[in-house]
Amino acid sequence: MESRDLYQDIILDHGRKPRNFHALEHPSHFANGHNPLCGDKVTVFLEIENNVIKDVSFQGRGCAISTASASLMTEVLKGKTLEEADKLFKAFHAGVTGGEVEAMPEVLEDDFERLAPLEGVKGYPTRVKCATLAWHAFEAALKSGEVGATVKTE
Amino acid sequence: MSALLDPRRVKQDFPIFANNPGLVFLDTAASSQKPNVVIDRVSDYYRHDYANVHRGVYRLSARSTELYEGARETARRFLNAADASEIVFVRGATEAINLVVQSWGAAFLKAGDEVLITELEHHANIVPWQLLRDRIGFTIKVAPVDATGGLDMAAFESLITPRTKMVSVTQLANATGALLPVEAIIRLAHAQGAKVLIDGCQAAPRLQVDVRALDCDFYVFSGHKTYGPTGIGVLYGKRAILNDMPPWQAGGDMIETVTFEKTTFQQPPARFEAGTPDISGAIGLATALDYIESLGRAAIEAHEGALTEYGMDKLSRIDGIRLVPAGQRRFGILSFAVEGIHPHDVATLLDGKGVAVRAGHHCAQPLMEKLCLDATTRASLGIYNDESDIDALADALKAAQAIFAR
Repeated sequence: MESRDLYQDIILDHGRKPRNFHALEHPSHFANGHNPLCGDKVTVFLEIENNVIKDVSFQGRGCAISTASASLMTEVLKGKTLEEADKLFKAFHAGVTGGEVEAMPEVLEDDFERLAPLEGVKGYPTRVKCATLAWHAFEAALKSGEVGATVKTE
Repeated sequence: MSALLDPRRVKQDFPIFANNPGLVFLDTAASSQKPNVVIDRVSDYYRHDYANVHRGVYRLSARSTELYEGARETARRFLNAADASEIVFVRGATEAINLVVQSWGAAFLKAGDEVLITELEHHANIVPWQLLRDRIGFTIKVAPVDATGGLDMAAFESLITPRTKMVSVTQLANATGALLPVEAIIRLAHAQGAKVLIDGCQAAPRLQVDVRALDCDFYVFSGHKTYGPTGIGVLYGKRAILNDMPPWQAGGDMIETVTFEKTTFQQPPARFEAGTPDISGAIGLATALDYIESLGRAAIEAHEGALTEYGMDKLSRIDGIRLVPAGQRRFGILSFAVEGIHPHDVATLLDGKGVAVRAGHHCAQPLMEKLCLDATTRASLGIYNDESDIDALADALKAAQAIFAR
């Protein structure tokens, strides 16, 4: 695979100008993600009401892949139910690890398409963790409620 | 001794390059590649001479023992130690430091004592001391780097006191390539009665090392960074100090007599080598050390010194590349930042051009924090590298910048 396939314009754009890159003032959930291998750090904030992700944001430091992945994640998760978010996470995870991707319900097809540029990391086994770091932090935020938890990508 | 190193000829000794055409290997500080002589020696040993050591009455075991102890003598010569009994085979430098901490440290350090390290240390020369400190309660002091990234010697001197019992420092910092003035460090430490451990992981494969001239109390290095096999390394300790140290691991080979009431232990180095050792690793390491000697250690030092200068010059001519730390004297290791591109993205993009470098904190998180960096990209040199490798690195960096400039 060529480097340009991995570093597509959308990745560079979100890596440089991440969206939803701030802390939420009143998060209902948040969690820290840390990749001890490379030092990348991310905090994901969620505001969940009646099973719906009303708002989602992140802060942190990392490479273009992990920053772009976190940024795109916040874009697609906003307004989703937790069930829909879980479907997206599972499909995304399968996509970047070269696994079997289940067909998306129609309502999620566009969102899943938004995440497609990150699928390039499946050709770079050492970079998969960069793409999944924010998603693992999202999952940890859900599981641990309002209490911060640190998730490692090991 | 040959006056000059011919890296193109040296490269032919390393089959990894023929098997990976186009590979530009600049990660020797993490682990070196292996020459044919080492690879062949290890398999020849298993084919012709293998049996356990120190035990068998039969001739094959005696021959194996002779080869293993011969490897110890080669390591003694490599460091110019006074006696082969001062060479303890370990798994690597990490285990060597843990051995000193758990044996010497646990026996001789007490609450109120101080261990002095520096900000330039690898985690392996920080964390073992912390674990023992948490049990015993001594203090770890950390000598800072100066504005250029070298050791601040004035601060270092002020931190050595009569309470300092151990000074444990690297000779050549793995994250940045900073050279430490170990001769002065050892002199200052001994003047206060402290022992000195030198982490020679990066120095042993690159510089001429003479533990007697240095007068250090311990010197450690890893075989796999010294063109030898993985899983083997060397702890040098002065005989008188090793004699007073208790065992740290127990088992076969390190005992004299065992009863259920009381066991007595062997003299060093056997006292510190419990169980069947890495015999083939030691023999392979000895072959690697002989190979290094055959190239000439002065020639290696001169070659890598000149190549370091070439690399510094080449990288500093590229806009957006900043050597880390900026003004530092360095040897064999070039750590740098690329403006606007995270080190991990740099490393992936360089890999796309066949250039293998390391990106990250290089197991030196406290130093990275001090330098206000999460990570750097690190190119490190070996005996097989030449100017064409640096040129390939520079070209690949420019290509990476072009991709991120879109």
